[in-house]
Amino acid sequence: MLEGCKGVREALIAEVKRQGLDKEVKVVETGCLGPCDLGPVIVIYPEGTLYQKVQVSDVPEIVEQHLLKGRVVRRLVGEAPQAGVVTYEEPTYLGVQERIVLRNCGVIDPESIEEYIARDGYRALARCLTEMKPADVIEAVRKSGLVGRGGAAFPTGLKWSFTAKAEADQKYILCNADEGEPGTFKDRLILEGDPHSILEGMAIAGYAVGADKGFIYVRGEYVLSIERLTKAIEQARALGLLGSDILGSGFSFDVEIRKGAGAYVCGEETALIESIEGKRGEPRVKPPYPGTEGLFGKPTVVNNVETIANIPPILLNGPDWFRKFGTERCPGTKVFTLTGDINNKGLIEVPMGITLRRVIYDIGGGIPGGKGFKMAQTGGTSGGCLPRELLDVPMDYFTLPEHGSALGSGALLIMDDSHCIVDIAECFMRFFEHESCGKCTPCREGTARLREIVARIARGEGRPGDLELLDELGSVMQASSLCGLGQAAPVPIKTMLRYFRDEFESHINEKRCPTGTCGI
Amino acid sequence: MEPTSEGTRACTAKVDGILERYCRKPEALVSILHDVQKEAGYLSEETITQIASGLDVPVSKVYGVATFYSLFSTRPKGRYIIRVCENAPCHVLGAKAVVDALERELGIPMGGTTSDGKFTLEYTSCLGVCGVAPAIMINEAVYGNLTPERVPLILKEYK
Repeated sequence: MLEGCKGVREALIAEVKRQGLDKEVKVVETGCLGPCDLGPVIVIYPEGTLYQKVQVSDVPEIVEQHLLKGRVVRRLVGEAPQAGVVTYEEPTYLGVQERIVLRNCGVIDPESIEEYIARDGYRALARCLTEMKPADVIEAVRKSGLVGRGGAAFPTGLKWSFTAKAEADQKYILCNADEGEPGTFKDRLILEGDPHSILEGMAIAGYAVGADKGFIYVRGEYVLSIERLTKAIEQARALGLLGSDILGSGFSFDVEIRKGAGAYVCGEETALIESIEGKRGEPRVKPPYPGTEGLFGKPTVVNNVETIANIPPILLNGPDWFRKFGTERCPGTKVFTLTGDINNKGLIEVPMGITLRRVIYDIGGGIPGGKGFKMAQTGGTSGGCLPRELLDVPMDYFTLPEHGSALGSGALLIMDDSHCIVDIAECFMRFFEHESCGKCTPCREGTARLREIVARIARGEGRPGDLELLDELGSVMQASSLCGLGQAAPVPIKTMLRYFRDEFESHINEKRCPTGTCGI
Repeated sequence: MEPTSEGTRACTAKVDGILERYCRKPEALVSILHDVQKEAGYLSEETITQIASGLDVPVSKVYGVATFYSLFSTRPKGRYIIRVCENAPCHVLGAKAVVDALERELGIPMGGTTSDGKFTLEYTSCLGVCGVAPAIMINEAVYGNLTPERVPLILKEYK
């Protein structure tokens, strides 16, 4: 979209028409294909030839050579393997991916409900409504072993069962699309690329727990996501897949969009609920948990976009099928966003438990510019930084915490050896100081003090004892902050102190930056 | 909005229409503020007071919400709002140099508005386009893979 895609699309439509091919060739605007840094990208079906970095000036050649004469334009297909042409279904670096969540992204026209239905869309919902009792649906999700993909990794089936058991005249399903974790853009691309999968997943959740109303809370900045969701909701209502008495089953469910207004903390489920209620997005004290007392005081399921996108395939193919992917403790796939110093930036979906090394070197194409790997931050800015020695740790929700980090939202920020650890730490801490909502003292004061201490180390004014102070302050925040924001804010700094302590020490003791890049 | 009495009246009517559209429900406050800001450019003291009385809630509540969220502004801003991401993924790929170039080209510091009221320069939370970092957003258009050299070329589109 950003790199002149609109112009390429218009040129393509015009050129196809000029060559008289408009009856045979359909130009479709899809959701994201994944490899952001190769954009604009075009895939030509049926064979799935993938053209990269396409400019308006390349369009006549593609139309004439490929569409008219059946010859692949080799200079635009990137580094092809021996086989010849890179196709979208199996490009070299996408080879180890398993697409469950992203099954439709980049394949269908996200603005067409027909294309979604043609790929088994709404079949899982139909099966639930006609063949399964609500309790069976929850049991299937529980058996699949699916855990929340927003970061907290709470078992989804268990979460649903709390709300199902709660007695109330009204229950709600909330889809958390307030994706604010820096480095994360998976939810945006799922919403833009396959909005109906979210509506279907929410309706299934509603049937399972006895809710007839859903809200999708989307970041205000995600203009295109909101636009496509709005269209999808209208289409689903028109076909009777949302609304009252869906498919004649007697079950009713409808969805509304709520737009966020720029607050990272609203990704926290109770802050998100406050925001939908028209208040400042400040987290609530838990318990009570939303499962029994959530939106407007009613039992509420809050699930992340990626979690919900997993629901229709699980119900369609069964929990045993889902358990074939990933690890025993953490079945399924994970969508990662690759950012920072890495050759192939963008979106990937891989089996849970894959190692950092495989992601960086087999899929990500390694570090650019001949530089070395220094560290990777997993789980976004609130995750930990892992050094070279931990490249072979399996990435899942249970193993990474053993090393002080977290899988979180699946953001992976790769940093090469030119970066100064203190400079990066200051960047992380600035973020938390700004995003702390100010409700509880450990987070409000803690984030500010962490930033101050790191800033003075960066200026060459660090004092003996500063590192111990950072450690202690971090522990206090983790133990006493009200919500995940304050509890996670010290995670990056604590892992950096654990794995790169000597670099902090040389800033304090020798007033010297070992990388020579931070201007001390 | 012009500060003339006629302009004020027109604005009051528009805000009233928005309140009506949401049935004057206090739980719609965030949506109401979105719509009002889109109409009026920012949330002035007068508008906030009007919204509060329209919803029958204290002014402090509306002000509290308006100042909590970063997309809302209680001060007038430039016609083009340039939101710059300096979060870690952009930082790692050189966002600082882009910030310096923007400040230099526009002659204002981060947080400032040009004297002709055309540009406001501010930091934003992550824009979720980290695959093409560093990135900025000008009103609703996103620009990625930025370098200091590209900054003047992009600004030219708006000057």
